[in-house]
Order: sequence, then C-alpha cells, then structure tokens
Amino acid sequence: MLEVKDLHVSVEGKEILKGLNLTINPGEVHAIMGPNGAGKSTLSAVIAGNEGYEVTSGTITFEGQDVLEMEIEERAQAGLLLGFQYPVEIPGVKNVYLLKAALNAQREARGEGEIPAPEFMKLVREKLAFMKMDNSFLQRAVNEGFSGGEKKRNEILQMLVLQPKLAMLDEIDSGLDIDAMKVVAEGVNSLRSAERAILMVTHYQRLLDYIEPDYVHVLVDGRIVKSGDKDLALELESRGYEWVTEESAA
Amino acid sequence: MATEEMEKLVRREYTQGFVTDIESDTVPPGLDESVIAFISQKKGEPEWMLEWRLDAYRQWLKMKEPSWAHLNYPPIDYQAISYYSAPKKPEDRPQSLDEVDPKLLETYEKLGIPLHERAALAGVAVDAVFDSVSVTTTFKEKLAEAGVIFCSISEAMRDYPELVKQYLGSVVPKGDNFFAALNSAVFTDGSFVYVPEGVTCPMELSTYFRINAANTGQFERTLIICDKQAQVSYLEGCTAPMRDENQLHAAVVELVALEDAYIKYSTVQNWYPGDEQGRGGIYNFVTKRADCRGDRSKVSWTQVETGSAITWKYPSCVLRGKDSVGEFYSVAVTNGRQQADTGTKMIHIGEGTKSTIVSKGIAAGNSDQAYRGLVKIGPRAKGARNFTQCDSLLIGDRCGAHTFPYQEIGNSSATVEHEATTSKIGEDQLFYCRQRGISEEDAVNMIVNGFCKDVFQELPMEFAVEAEALLNVTLEGAVG
Repeated sequence: MLEVKDLHVSVEGKEILKGLNLTINPGEVHAIMGPNGAGKSTLSAVIAGNEGYEVTSGTITFEGQDVLEMEIEERAQAGLLLGFQYPVEIPGVKNVYLLKAALNAQREARGEGEIPAPEFMKLVREKLAFMKMDNSFLQRAVNEGFSGGEKKRNEILQMLVLQPKLAMLDEIDSGLDIDAMKVVAEGVNSLRSAERAILMVTHYQRLLDYIEPDYVHVLVDGRIVKSGDKDLALELESRGYEWVTEESAA
Repeated sequence: MATEEMEKLVRREYTQGFVTDIESDTVPPGLDESVIAFISQKKGEPEWMLEWRLDAYRQWLKMKEPSWAHLNYPPIDYQAISYYSAPKKPEDRPQSLDEVDPKLLETYEKLGIPLHERAALAGVAVDAVFDSVSVTTTFKEKLAEAGVIFCSISEAMRDYPELVKQYLGSVVPKGDNFFAALNSAVFTDGSFVYVPEGVTCPMELSTYFRINAANTGQFERTLIICDKQAQVSYLEGCTAPMRDENQLHAAVVELVALEDAYIKYSTVQNWYPGDEQGRGGIYNFVTKRADCRGDRSKVSWTQVETGSAITWKYPSCVLRGKDSVGEFYSVAVTNGRQQADTGTKMIHIGEGTKSTIVSKGIAAGNSDQAYRGLVKIGPRAKGARNFTQCDSLLIGDRCGAHTFPYQEIGNSSATVEHEATTSKIGEDQLFYCRQRGISEEDAVNMIVNGFCKDVFQELPMEFAVEAEALLNVTLEGAVG
C-alpha cells in the first residue's frame, strides 16, 4: 500500500531523514518510536505533503501513485490523512463546516456527489457519540479554545468521518490524561480493518498498551535501525533507546 | 418682436454656454457656476437649493484636496470631468447580454445572480421586461401604508422641501471636507428616507429597487431621517460588480436619528477595481456620517468593501444624545492593485454614550490598505465607553496593511479599549485544511470567511450570504 524507499529529507539545509525505508500493507498497524529529534514526525509530515520539508532523494508510493508528485489535497483525497500533534486553530470556521467541506471535497475527488445534509448530520452525530463528544462541538470554531484532549479527540473524529486508507497519527497521545487516551485509542481501534492501515508516531510505549501494533520500528538518527513486533516496544520501555543506538552503530 | 428676438438670442447664448448638444443632455467637461446652475435647473430645483449648491462650490474652491490618506493615485483634474449626464437612452445601451463583457457575466454567474437581474445590472436595455416592476409597486404601497417616505432626493426636494431644507447638510455641512463640498455643489441624485415617529419600517429598504429607476450617479447624496422611536434598516449597493464610466465617485450620506430611533445602514460596495494594472478603476471618496441627535438613539454601520481602485471612506457617528450608541462593523478586501484607506470616527458628546468598532481588513496581491479610526470623548461625555477591535489579514507577501488609531479622551470617567492584530494567513492553517482534502482556494476562502464572521453576522441575512460569495470571487487567484 505505502512504500517508502531510501528517503532523504532536509529542513533548512539540515538532513533529518537519511535513507529511510518502510513498507506498509493494508490491515497493518505500524508504530514508529525513537528518541527526540530522530525524525519521527518528519516522516508523517513529508508523506502528508508539508512544504516545510525538502525531499532530496528517495521515493514514496501509495497504491502505485508517486506521492511526491501529488498536491497536499490530492494526497488527502487519495486516502492519506494525518492526525496532527498540534491541531491548528481556525477562528470563525465552525467544526461542522470544515468536516463537511473536507468530506465533500474527498467525495468529489472520487466522483461521488455531495453528501445529503441529513445523511451527513446522522453520520457526524454517530461519530461524535462514539468519541464521547458533545453535539455543541460542531458549532465551535475549529480547535479554537479546545483543551489538549479535545483537540486530539477532534482529530480522531475527523478520521472517523473521512475514513482514510492510511491513517497517520503524530504523537496522538501527547498531552492526554488516561481517560482521554482511552477514548482516543478506542476511536483509533475502531478504524482498524483489513483494508486500512495505521501509522503511529509516538515517543512513549504507553499508547501501545491501548492500540496494539503489528510492527514496531525504531527510528534513530534518520534511519529505521530496528524493527520488531509489540514486544520490541516493551523492551524499549524498560531499556531505553541507547542499546538500540549502540547495536546499530556496531 | 424685438424682445422675443432678444430672448431667443439670450437663450441660445445660455444653452451654448452650458451644453454643446441639447439632445445629449450632457455638459462638457469642466466646473464653474454655470454648470451648477445647469444641474439645478435640470433637476427643477427651488432657488434656495441653487444658492446652497453655489455656496458649497465657493467653499470648495478655497479647499485643498486632502493628502493625509495612505493612498497613492495620480492627481485628479476636476476640470476634465463632466458633471452632468442623463441616464443613457435605451438605444445606446447594450441590446442583449451577447453585447456584454463575458468576464462580467462570468462573475454574475459565480455570484448566483438570477438571469433577469444580470441583464439589468450589466446595463442592458430591458426596463420594459424587468419583472421587478410589479415587485416595486407592491413595495411602494406597503411603505405608503406605514407612512414611510422612500424616494430619490430630487423627488424629495419637490415633494417634501421642508424636510430636505431642515436636514440636508445638517450632519455633513457643505464645507465639511473637499469631497463633501464638491458633492454638495454638483450632486445629481441619491435616496431620501423619512420614517415617521413610532414607525418601524415594514421592510428593509434597498437602493436595489431603484437601480432601473435612476442611474446611481457619480455624486450621490443620501439623506435618511428616523424620527422618535422609529426604526429602519437600509441596504446600499449590490454585490454584483457595477461598471461605471465615471471614474470619480464622491458620495455623501447623512443619517439623522432622533430620540430612541435606530438606523441600521449596510453597504456592500463592489465598484470596478480596474484591470490587473489597476487601470480604469473607480476612485471612491465617500463621506458618511450619522448624527445620533436624540437620547438613546442608535446607528449601526456595517460595510463590506471589495471594489474600487481607491477607497477613502470613514462612516462616522456623532453621539450627541444621552446614552446614544454607535456601531461600526467593516470588512475591507483588497486584491490586485487596489488601495483602501477606511475606518470610522466615533465622536462621544453625550453622557453615557457607547460605541463599538470591529474592523477586518484583508489584503492580497499587490494591494495596500489602512484602517484609520478616531475615538473622541468630549468633556461632557461622562461614563462613555468605546471598544475597538481591528484585525488585518495578509495573503502573500506583496500586500500591506496599516493601522492608524487615534484617541482623544476628554474626561476621566470614559473607558476606551483597543485591540489590534495583524497576521499572515497561516501556512499551518492552509496545510491543515488541505490535508483534509480541501483545495487551496477553498481553504483560503474558508479561513477568510471565518476571519470576517464577526462582521458578516451583523449583515442582514440575504446580504451575508452574498457577501461570502463576493469575498470568494474577489480573492480569486490571490494564492498560488
């Protein structure tokens, strides 16, 4: 589904990713872990199309399409969706309006018509209830004045409505208390299906207690230095990152 | 016989002096007292009106064009302008939509303007088939029932001379400023509204209903009087882009609110902004002022400014009455090479007066705009309050936004708050929206409309919907 080959990425002349390889198949849940500054968030940002990063070499393909040739919105329309670590505030724009515009833009790109309003409201109310969010969320401006937990829940709500093929979650657990984390994890778990893949970027193993990954990759200094299953995450939790770094240097 | 010959000669001299071609109803370019006499005569005005105009003209002659605004345009040659031309005859106008600039029609389409209205707006000779005739008639009947007077100012001068004489120039004096003096001397038409005591006008009044009746002139004059406990909502302009061969526009709007009266004045201004180089666009120098004369009176200005090459406009409130209220809500959008210097003045004279200013400026392309606001609190305005918020949003890095707030506080019991922000349209906001699948252009529109929401919600419902569409059209091509 997603194929990242020998990816090199720089920010303001400084190389962050130095030859990263990653393959993700439908139905799989991958977790990228690693110390601060290793380039974890860079990977999902580059796949999503953030223009602050310069891809100097390598390829990214998604379902056979060259992702690096696609506009940001085309990537989203193709099913690549990013849950932000720091969701952006848009004053004056109602949540419900953003959701509807996004869903209709994606439907249009797929050659489907606009969703009828009653059908849309039914869908959104159902997902809101699932995320334990009040209906009043819809009338509030996008992320404006939201607490950290509300912002993250809102990101998952968007995923549930937009149903991406590959859901990328950038540090979705940061700033969450345990109750909020459970709600977010339930939302993410409900996205799991044989056709959909999930890519999580996280610093802590804690999240993986709630969302069990099929694969864990350790990202150190711009490369994936070790891959394994969920047990690798537990090992990292008890031993830290240093031994992996040393092992890869050896 | 000899006398008759003499009269003929004199009349010929007279006509030659004022018009080259009597048929065309147009004066040659230039301005002097005889041109003003010609206008006054054409309008069939009473003698006192001519004197009033001439007095304004003599004051204007001694005045200098203001240069303090943050605007840059070539000097205007006031002797190169023709100050009177009657509405075009049907045979001179486009005979069908096929003869109209396709770009203009494309814009009408985008704004969702009904077909029959497109023709009227584009100046096609369709008066006979324009089906708003019946609408206008029912409209007039309803107003007459309520006792509301709504007509052109020329008609008002003939039919209600006492009201005009009492109030004309009482808010914006003839010699108030350079452009107001010019308008006072040469204005050709505009609207007149009088709402009698205790009457709430049964419908929103709109110049739109008069589009076909009178050519909205280059020098419009509007006078609205709301008597005690009366209320009116007035809509000026139209969201559709209006073409006009006259480059210079200098309108004057006067509002008078007596005790407990409420006037809501909403404007959508969308004059031709010129081509990509800014050529041929309208220069719009407007003086708008409200006099809250009565206690507890209230005036609310809401404006959406998207057109014109040059905008110079400061709708103001003189808060004379005790506990009177002034409000100013503004969205100004500039793109291409447009320039706008706009804002408001709130003059607090009476005790307990309150004013609110919310200004949203959006600059894109190579455009430049300034917010200029004065809050003046006089020594007798005990407990006066003002709240000002002005925000600017920049799209791209070739545009500019400036804020010039002035405050003159004449007593210590007043409360004045001012908030201002300038921000660039966030790359992160754009990325966030696009990462949800929304195109860049739609994302910009969404963010800008969100930015303007505080003002749009003050607009009458139908206007608000149109204003959003208009903003999107104005900002087309602003990014990418």
